[in-house]
Amino acid sequence: MNRVHKPMIFSLTLFVFLSVFIFAKPEQTSAFSDQVIQQGAVGEDVIELQARLKHIGFYNGKIDGVFGWGTYWALRNFQYEFGMEIDGLAGQTAKDKLVQTTNYDKEKVKQEMYGTGTAPSGGNNEGGESAPVSSTNVPQGYSNNDIQLMANAVYGESRGEPYEGQVAVAAVILNRVNSPLFPDTVSGVIFEPRAFTAVADGQIWLEPNEQAREAVLDAINGWDPSGNALYYFNPDTATSGWIWSRPQIKTIGKHIFCS
Amino acid sequence: MYRWITITLLTVALISVSIWGYHSNKQKNDLYVQAENEYQRSFHELTYNMDVLNDQIGTSLAMNSPDKLSPQFVDIWRISSNAHANTGQLPMGLLPIHKTEEFLSDLGDFTYQTAIRNLDDDPLTDEETEQLEKFYKQSGEIRDELREAQHLSLSNGSKWMDVEQALLNTDTDGKKDNDMVNSFQAVEDSFNASTEETTEESTTSTDTEEHSYKNVTGNDLTEEEALKKAEKIFGREDGTEWTITKSGDGALTPMYSVSYDENGERGYADLTVKGGHPLNLLISREIDGKQLSLNEGFEIASDYLSELGFDEMQLFQSSEYDKVGIYSFVYEDDGVRVFSDAVEVKVALDNGDITGLTANNYFKNHVKRDIPNPAISEEEARDAVNQNVTIQENHLAIIDDSQGKEILTYEFLGTRDDATYRIFINAETGAEEKIEKMTDAEINYNSVI
Repeated sequence: MNRVHKPMIFSLTLFVFLSVFIFAKPEQTSAFSDQVIQQGAVGEDVIELQARLKHIGFYNGKIDGVFGWGTYWALRNFQYEFGMEIDGLAGQTAKDKLVQTTNYDKEKVKQEMYGTGTAPSGGNNEGGESAPVSSTNVPQGYSNNDIQLMANAVYGESRGEPYEGQVAVAAVILNRVNSPLFPDTVSGVIFEPRAFTAVADGQIWLEPNEQAREAVLDAINGWDPSGNALYYFNPDTATSGWIWSRPQIKTIGKHIFCS
Repeated sequence: MYRWITITLLTVALISVSIWGYHSNKQKNDLYVQAENEYQRSFHELTYNMDVLNDQIGTSLAMNSPDKLSPQFVDIWRISSNAHANTGQLPMGLLPIHKTEEFLSDLGDFTYQTAIRNLDDDPLTDEETEQLEKFYKQSGEIRDELREAQHLSLSNGSKWMDVEQALLNTDTDGKKDNDMVNSFQAVEDSFNASTEETTEESTTSTDTEEHSYKNVTGNDLTEEEALKKAEKIFGREDGTEWTITKSGDGALTPMYSVSYDENGERGYADLTVKGGHPLNLLISREIDGKQLSLNEGFEIASDYLSELGFDEMQLFQSSEYDKVGIYSFVYEDDGVRVFSDAVEVKVALDNGDITGLTANNYFKNHVKRDIPNPAISEEEARDAVNQNVTIQENHLAIIDDSQGKEILTYEFLGTRDDATYRIFINAETGAEEKIEKMTDAEINYNSVI
């Protein structure tokens, strides 16, 4: 009796093992979502992309969840080596190839990214659906602290103004940096004595909201609703007669912008 | 008994209040003196800088050998930059000393450009010597005025902290009630007198120059026509309530500003009066959970551009910031990327709406260009790039040089270790025109803590 059943039990066990292996594998590897991942993207897919490229030695930077230049070159070299079209976009072909050739251990990568087993929860990152990444995109030539400092100034000067008015105030700061008539740095322009009332009365140290930060990012990325203005003033509170002699460009909210 | 307790308590209270009052008064005075000293330092340093500048420019006029001239110009450049920083720290917000600042900036540019030039092969021209003499004369005038101000402030004990008050109070004869203010006013006036014949307000051009927007064509629009145009651009033809204003004299090109406020959404756009071209467009609203990838946003952005009639635009950079995709496009003229004709588009990644467009540079710079063939081959240009940089990608590109003139270049994107560089090699001369180190993602310090 026993003798007859032994091979059967054996093959059954084998089948169970195999099936676990077969069914488990696709689940582990199909973590990429459907999106085509392009330079500048952030999130889970980018973490996976970086981890997989690192696994086969194309990427040697930090796994930070931001598709920067390092990831871009790694992906292009990967596409080149595997005879794909070299476009620096992680489309379906590239993702399939990566899944075939590499392993991705999500837990381990996460642990390396954050030092602990669990990813830091929330923090400043509202909207929990996007995965917390350990880095952020910054515009060329600016650091997050520069953006924060400008956001402070914009919030102190123009909270309560329409959005384009806030972008315009940020643009005036940048126009001044580029002008020979003013200091050459963001901090130099902001802290020029008597240049901004919010700096003089300390309102610059209020905690800026998200909108002020967005306005600063837009201005840095090229939006200038002020029309190249170097000055603006509130006609109700302006104390200097001189400012009225400047040619006016336009009025946004309570501010008159002039060149 | 109660009387004594009351008396004791009141005495204690009185003493504590006096001590507190003394301390806070002392603190206030300390801060006052500290702030005043900061201003004084900037002011005295500025006058010292001016002394040295005048001497150094004078010396350079007597110099003959390039070996000596170049370091001399470097020194002048450094001091003028110091002086410029010091002017920025004086509380002159209400009395702009722009002429002085412009002088320092011009002097810095001039000495920098000549210092980096090989003066052996390319000595100073007559015009440049003349320019230098003019700088010498102007710096002498500023120095004299500042010395006088310094003397007055030292002998009268004038305070910078009083300047603001003085700027607000003007005497009947138009004089300000403050030595410092009057001296600086005199410096500014001396510019007006001495440089009248050559003053061209290059950077602060005040008159409306329509030609500064080379690509604005069409007929002048009335307000109604502009609103029609806005409705189309925003895709809001359903009776949105619009506000429209026209720009003032200071605008570089006349434009209409249109805006609406509806259901917590704010839209704004600048349209040129001529032809109604959109220079800026911004929509501000809450953005819900992210549904679209950066790449899908890119498709939307480029469709939008073709819809608005921007043809031949090529994506050059894309970034995702907190559920918004920002895309930079450059105009591609027969395979040549024209960086000055840039257009930026912003797409909300929740539902794919366009939330921003800026085409200011495009309308300013875009013209039909006659692009010459490069004089040197790509191979020759590659040789001009640092050997330690591995070139990964290359294009032909038109960029602005340091004088603001458009030049044809080979653009190389290359890596060295972990860093990525964008290198422009002049396609005419093979000179390295510009090298940029590309900014990579920054650590999110919030997530580290």
